[in-house]
Amino acid sequence: MKQAARLKDPHTEERQLYWRLLVAYLFMVLMLLLLVARFVWLQVFQYEHFATLAQNNSISLVPVQPNRGLIVDRNGIELARNYASYTLELTPDKIDNLDATIKALGQVVPITPRDLKRFQKFLSESKDFEPVPLRLKMDDVEAARLAANLWRFPGVEVKARLYRDYPYKELTSHVLGYIGRIGPREKDRLAADEKTANYRGATHIGKLGLEAVYEDDLHGQNGFEEIETDSAGRAVRSLRRTAPVHGNTLQLALDIHLQDVADKLFGARRGALVAIDPGSGGVLALLSKPSFDPNLFIDGIDSQSWQSLNEDWQRPLINRAIRGMYPPGSTFKPFMGMAALEAGAITPSEIRPAPGYFTLPGSSHQFRDSNPRGNGSANLAKAIAVSSDTFFYKLAWDMGIDRIHPLLAQFGLGSRTGIDLDGEAVGVLPSKEWKARRFAGTRYRDEHRRWLPADVVSIGIGQGFNTYTPLQMANATAILANDGKAFHPHLVQKVTDARNGKTRLIEAAPYRQLPFKQPHYDYIKQGMRAVMQPGGTGWRLGQGLQYSMAGKTGTAQVVQIKQGAKYNAGALAEQHRDHSWFIAFAPVEQPKIAVAVIVENAGFGATAAAPIARALFDYYLTGKLPDDIRGQLETFPPSATGKQDASVAR
Amino acid sequence: MQVSLAKRLTHAIMDPLDGWLLALLAGVFVLSMIALFSASNQSWAKIDNKLVYTALSLLIMWLLARLSPQTVMHLALPLYAAGVLLLVGVELFGITVNGSTRWLNVGIGRIQPSEIMKIALPMMLAWYFQKYETTLNWRHYVVAAVLIVIPGLLILKQPDLGTATLVMGAGFFALFFAGLSWKIIIGGGVAFLASLPVVWNLMHDYQRKRVLTLIDPMEDPLGAGYHIIQSMIAIGSGGVWGKGWLAGSQTHLDYIPERTTDFIFAVYSEEFGLAGNLLLLALYLGIISRCLLITARAPTLYGRLLAGAITLSFFVYVFVNMGMVAGILPVVGVPLPFMSYGGTATVSLAIGLGMLMGIGKLQRR
Repeated sequence: MKQAARLKDPHTEERQLYWRLLVAYLFMVLMLLLLVARFVWLQVFQYEHFATLAQNNSISLVPVQPNRGLIVDRNGIELARNYASYTLELTPDKIDNLDATIKALGQVVPITPRDLKRFQKFLSESKDFEPVPLRLKMDDVEAARLAANLWRFPGVEVKARLYRDYPYKELTSHVLGYIGRIGPREKDRLAADEKTANYRGATHIGKLGLEAVYEDDLHGQNGFEEIETDSAGRAVRSLRRTAPVHGNTLQLALDIHLQDVADKLFGARRGALVAIDPGSGGVLALLSKPSFDPNLFIDGIDSQSWQSLNEDWQRPLINRAIRGMYPPGSTFKPFMGMAALEAGAITPSEIRPAPGYFTLPGSSHQFRDSNPRGNGSANLAKAIAVSSDTFFYKLAWDMGIDRIHPLLAQFGLGSRTGIDLDGEAVGVLPSKEWKARRFAGTRYRDEHRRWLPADVVSIGIGQGFNTYTPLQMANATAILANDGKAFHPHLVQKVTDARNGKTRLIEAAPYRQLPFKQPHYDYIKQGMRAVMQPGGTGWRLGQGLQYSMAGKTGTAQVVQIKQGAKYNAGALAEQHRDHSWFIAFAPVEQPKIAVAVIVENAGFGATAAAPIARALFDYYLTGKLPDDIRGQLETFPPSATGKQDASVAR
Repeated sequence: MQVSLAKRLTHAIMDPLDGWLLALLAGVFVLSMIALFSASNQSWAKIDNKLVYTALSLLIMWLLARLSPQTVMHLALPLYAAGVLLLVGVELFGITVNGSTRWLNVGIGRIQPSEIMKIALPMMLAWYFQKYETTLNWRHYVVAAVLIVIPGLLILKQPDLGTATLVMGAGFFALFFAGLSWKIIIGGGVAFLASLPVVWNLMHDYQRKRVLTLIDPMEDPLGAGYHIIQSMIAIGSGGVWGKGWLAGSQTHLDYIPERTTDFIFAVYSEEFGLAGNLLLLALYLGIISRCLLITARAPTLYGRLLAGAITLSFFVYVFVNMGMVAGILPVVGVPLPFMSYGGTATVSLAIGLGMLMGIGKLQRR
């Protein structure tokens, strides 16, 4: 109120304003003087320091690369590792005549046309002040010879770098993936995720597989070094250094020995195998055949190798275990059986006919059985054991797709399992909605979209629209084996922090319990166990078992056989022959391993896929190996570091 | 006749403008063109753009300088109300970029309502105090404080600490010249310092990181501290006389972030050194001095409060930008007046100076 009185008086008011203007002015001048003082400090007193830092346009802060985290198997065997070697690097900005320098360098160490081509490629992707590698992985003699000559070449450096190496090559490529040089696309992604700072100076990044999925864990944290350089850009002394934090170690659930045995059991055949520990969801083995050497990709694959891999009709680059979609054939029957019991479409004791063929009411179309004479009559367990098609045609027909679909979806069929790999295929668990969606669009007519009575019949035996990945089948088998306790299958079991040694477990507890009745699990398992016993389709393979084993054979049709025609494998081109399927778990009482195996174009499930699973189980549960593969197994760990054929890591 | 026509035309154009201010601004403009040409790696396109929006800014400045402050004053309340409504609109339907919701889509394009508040708030306060000039008591200061806090909090919530500070600062300056008691100013200052720990807890992680980085840029030299270190190297290595035009090595090797916009001063300082800095600071001090003189001579309370607030805001832009580039203030997105490349900031500064010239025009007659 005192102020109010003052403001009303024009003279006091004016005086007050002038006074305040003066205060404000003095304040502003003072602050500007503070800026002047700061500039004087920076530009006069600290000039030498900053001029040194800026001198010769050199980067004064040099990032120190962290070592990439290791990937080891469940027993600690290294599957992805690093080793040190020398690279020859050129900084274009500091070199007057690049061509002449390269030519002169070529007289000191050999430089191949391939080196030059790669150098040109890197050069076009980098900025002028960044060092660009010319020769990679030089041996000690070459490095020493260069070091003695370096004074002649300003802007040329020999650097010790860490290289990534995948000692098991083809054996682990579909699991580990690989790292590769950071390209423009990765740069953009890093910028978008605000990770550019941590990748300053880094040359490689995970491109595929676990290397890509766990990139954040594996990469680690940049360190940095403040370096004073002389006019030639050479480091004079290190002013300050902060150590990098190395990448975390991934320990897989995968057992490389088991993976190796599985690989050798496949031999030269095409297909996939996924083995899961039902009690944890850990993936014990994941195989896709044929495969490729990931070391080829680390440094940019040459066009010739790329062409031969990419154009190979056997498609070695495709991960069949997670991307291959196959009709499950008869391996579908145990899950159908589970659904039928739950839906009340059949009871365990009910005995039904299992004739040689099945026809729909009012139709002459014959759905044939794989056994032309049929199997007489059977209860559900026997129908699984002898793999009666007609029994399951009828069962599917009785249930209808609307009852089948939701029950089978419980097993994770037709949806991604959530494994820690990118690019998993979804598969197809058909439903009316799915068919309408699948045949939407103008290319199809309404009758294509409509669900036909016959559609459900072939689905009952795992044919028709059903397609699943081997991983989905293995996962469903593991869930069944584990009485409905479901885990997301995962390759990485444990991540060990490089800083403090603390470990992080991946998925230790089941994420879901299927709502099915325990007696039904027991009953289906009994049926699957009977598969391996006299009278079952896998009885030959069940002989001499030292543990209890439950399985199901399957044969997936690749081409439709015409009505009334006979399937004759010999008359068909190899690519058109049936796929051989087998799913199994053991021991039945306390399952330790569940597996899905598919051998492409190999015919009846019991002849190709099942023996692989049997031998694998023998090895995993009793340590026994078949004689014919014993000699072929890898030595662990492999002796060669692959110094010349492994590729650069960073 | 021809000569007299040209003379009359020149007179008509120049008359509303303040000659001193115009001359000083022209000086800054010339320096900015020189710096921009270097910072943009000699891009004529950027120079062309800058010429276009500088011309536009001049036109707006001229138009506002021509208008009588009393006419413009009637816009204070509607502008303020519209600004607050738009800020609420941002809260409800805003466009989010990088985690901040600052923009509103209004059909023709995006607008940033917090920019409007930079001028609308001091106008509102100046109008409000003039309206109650004769009956002014402490209650009016409370109302004024509420008028400041409403848009302030709305902008803080976006979050945009930089703009919120500028807007609330502009409001505070109007209050200061209106005669806010020193006790309250000092008491408020103490309270502000005391509240810092609370503010710290309310801050976003990225804001805290900026403050921490300021205290020790080496804490995160390849991340948040990188820009400050590189800009300090640029300034420091410029020395007394600078490295010369187009010869700034830090600048031309991509070390300086946003070197045409918020960090253009680092480019300028590297190439023209301490001498160049003093010249630019002298120009800015000249502008500020001239503005304060206009404030002192303003005949109405509205004019004085508005002109004073505009002047102090202008100073804050200069000080905060140079302070951040020189590594003594946290990095907040504040452009350097008429130096930084960017249309919005130039236009809004021109609006302020145009109004100020309009106020200055009155007393000279």
